[in-house]
Amino acid sequence: MLILNLLILLFVPFLMAGVIKKTKAFWGGRQGASVLQPFYDFKKLLKKDFVISETTSQVFKIAPVISIVTVLFASLFIPLATGSALINITGGLIIFAYTLSLGKFFSLISAMDTGSSFEGMGASREACFTSIVEPAFFITIASIMALSGNYTFESLQNVLSNAGSYGILITIFAVVVLFLMILIEGSRVPVDDPATHLELTMIHEVMILDNSGSDLAFFTWANSIKMFLISSLIAYMIIPQSIAEWAYVLCYLAVMFVISVLIGTIESGMARIRMSHVFEFIFIMSSLALVVLALVTAKMFGG
Amino acid sequence: MTNWIKTRNNTKLNLADIPELSINELRSEIISSALRPVGFFGKDWGMGRTKLFVILADDKNGELYVSSALFGAEEKSYECLTNEIPAFHIFEREFYEQFGIQPLNHPWLKPVRLNQDEYKFFEMNGEEVHQVAVGPIHAGVIEPGHFRFMCNGETVYHLEIMLGYQHRGVEELMLSNPSNQLAESICGDSVIAYNTAYSQVMEILKDIEIPQKAQLIRKAALEMERMAIHIGDLGAIAGDIAYLMGASVFGATRTLVINTMLEFSGSRFGRGLITVGGVNYDITEDKLQRALKTLEKVIKDVERMTNTMLKNSTVMSRLEKTGTISMERAKEAGLVGMAARAAGVDLDSRFDFPDKLLSELQIEKKFFKASGDVNSRFKLRYKEILQSYSIIKKIFAKMKDYTNDKICTDNNTGLSQNSLAISIVEGWRGEVVHIALTDDNRKLSRYKIKDPSFNNWYGLALAVRNNGVSDFPLCNKSFNLSYSGNDL
Repeated sequence: MLILNLLILLFVPFLMAGVIKKTKAFWGGRQGASVLQPFYDFKKLLKKDFVISETTSQVFKIAPVISIVTVLFASLFIPLATGSALINITGGLIIFAYTLSLGKFFSLISAMDTGSSFEGMGASREACFTSIVEPAFFITIASIMALSGNYTFESLQNVLSNAGSYGILITIFAVVVLFLMILIEGSRVPVDDPATHLELTMIHEVMILDNSGSDLAFFTWANSIKMFLISSLIAYMIIPQSIAEWAYVLCYLAVMFVISVLIGTIESGMARIRMSHVFEFIFIMSSLALVVLALVTAKMFGG
Repeated sequence: MTNWIKTRNNTKLNLADIPELSINELRSEIISSALRPVGFFGKDWGMGRTKLFVILADDKNGELYVSSALFGAEEKSYECLTNEIPAFHIFEREFYEQFGIQPLNHPWLKPVRLNQDEYKFFEMNGEEVHQVAVGPIHAGVIEPGHFRFMCNGETVYHLEIMLGYQHRGVEELMLSNPSNQLAESICGDSVIAYNTAYSQVMEILKDIEIPQKAQLIRKAALEMERMAIHIGDLGAIAGDIAYLMGASVFGATRTLVINTMLEFSGSRFGRGLITVGGVNYDITEDKLQRALKTLEKVIKDVERMTNTMLKNSTVMSRLEKTGTISMERAKEAGLVGMAARAAGVDLDSRFDFPDKLLSELQIEKKFFKASGDVNSRFKLRYKEILQSYSIIKKIFAKMKDYTNDKICTDNNTGLSQNSLAISIVEGWRGEVVHIALTDDNRKLSRYKIKDPSFNNWYGLALAVRNNGVSDFPLCNKSFNLSYSGNDL
């Protein structure tokens, strides 16, 4: 099972990126590249040399590695296809969130390290958005954990089955919160446009503008793993634990597929939000997180 | 206007007939006329003297006024016009750059095409103010140009644009080697407009009348160029706001239009179609039918996609009230063409300067109510696509009357002596002005080109003020100005 999880961790993030691209191609009336293309791109980038700007310091060189190491470390705390995390401890949520933050911190200062005005703008935008996303994520997950009194990610599993009609509502809102988090953290439309070539409008893409070769590969990979980890949380919340192991794996992969198709469809059907309105979009996530908190409070202390 | 000679579009004047005033007289004449400049250029007049030619347009009556002033070898300055009429700012800057005659008290004597390194950009002071410099080399396939934003956070306070990196010396090349090939290479997205203007100037100077059929083919090609580029721009605007479906559909339909052009002339952008004296390729009946069928499909797709986009709230929230330029500002800055019309300025040289063919075909000017934002420029493009389609249909119907006619007349006659010829063609971006002067030896002695971008670049700078810096690419696409047309 461990090996299966490892394989999933290594390949599914690429496949998700591929499925998103394929969905966009479908809606655009194109055939599109193979769903394996992101994996080929990754392999190609690993083989490539890299150019490092003279104005950068050591931070720029170590940031990509830290970025990928932190997401891989964070993945230990998230239950993947087998339905349980490798490290399942109380407070895993805090380690998970702040390990990701550490990676993000390094990608921010590495962007600013280049001294480019674009990358500075990108870093400031990303930092701004993260500061609103993080509390919303904490409020949602922590309130669910408080409900069961079990402060590990395992408690997410039991909401749907144990908390009755409240459980259904909490699950729905929490899933929406996590889905919005994928769009924001994964730099997808309507918050960011991963396909644009316009430096002035970019957020995530502009921060890695100076990276090339394996550095770029690590950043891209880290970003897709991040999306994959949050999607895994969604899968963990909605798939019932009682089903057989092989069925669980299939359901898990199906959820990943559906989420990717959904992201691709959203990206094809709507325009990107104006930068000054992005906060309003992120506040939707915050307010839904507060709804989850309110529901949990009602369940615990109400009638 | 007694100190001016009145003329019309596509006519020639005897140089001797053009009044010659003193610069101060000319200056006060220009200010009192309150007309729009279409030409303001110098010519070397021998013995260190420079002659300044001024051509003003009276768009209401479809007339042009020409006058001139002679600067002696010692006269190297004059009181500038820009403080009175801001639209002259770019013309005076160009005149200064080309002939070294300084417009005194000019508020912004910035280089137009040369010596970019010597210029000091405006700067804003403040703790939270930052500058963003973009270009001259950009990501992707766009031409070189330097943009410098003065921002406070995400808001642009001021944008300065520096161009000239594409300067090839086209006006000089025109004198040594005038040809259709050169004319159509000046600005790659306005091949037909440039080549028509050049051919018309040469035909006027050669006193040749081109066959009616050639006239029809040229007009149809011009409208097809307008359609193709406008559709491409709609797609580019959709792409910039990450509206994928729009980008794909418009991209695909634009291909159909330019492929039709490929059938007509062997080039997707119409290179080689137009020549002095007429056109090189006839459009046969079966080609016409095929083209009509294709264009009908194109229009259907464009209509459907545009309506889908205009109904999509996420799209509209990006387009509306972005990059607004008011009508007053547009008039003041002297914007022309599509960008001006999208700000509500009633300016379309196809109709302002009477055209026999258009009135024969009963094509009328339509006024567009506009608010000057990206949305207006988006919608105006759509309206113009529909209008171009109806013009093309009428032209194609008319072509049946001329099935076996000649498409080109003999063009081996020499140019007239000592003349000035003007031709204004409304390309998709706006008026393309070509002016040619000849000397005693029946040779071209000065060739002046004005692209609509020459007027409009400053309009873009005005439009992005107080917008988010991340909306700049969208504003820029909605203007879609030419670098090579400006830089010559």
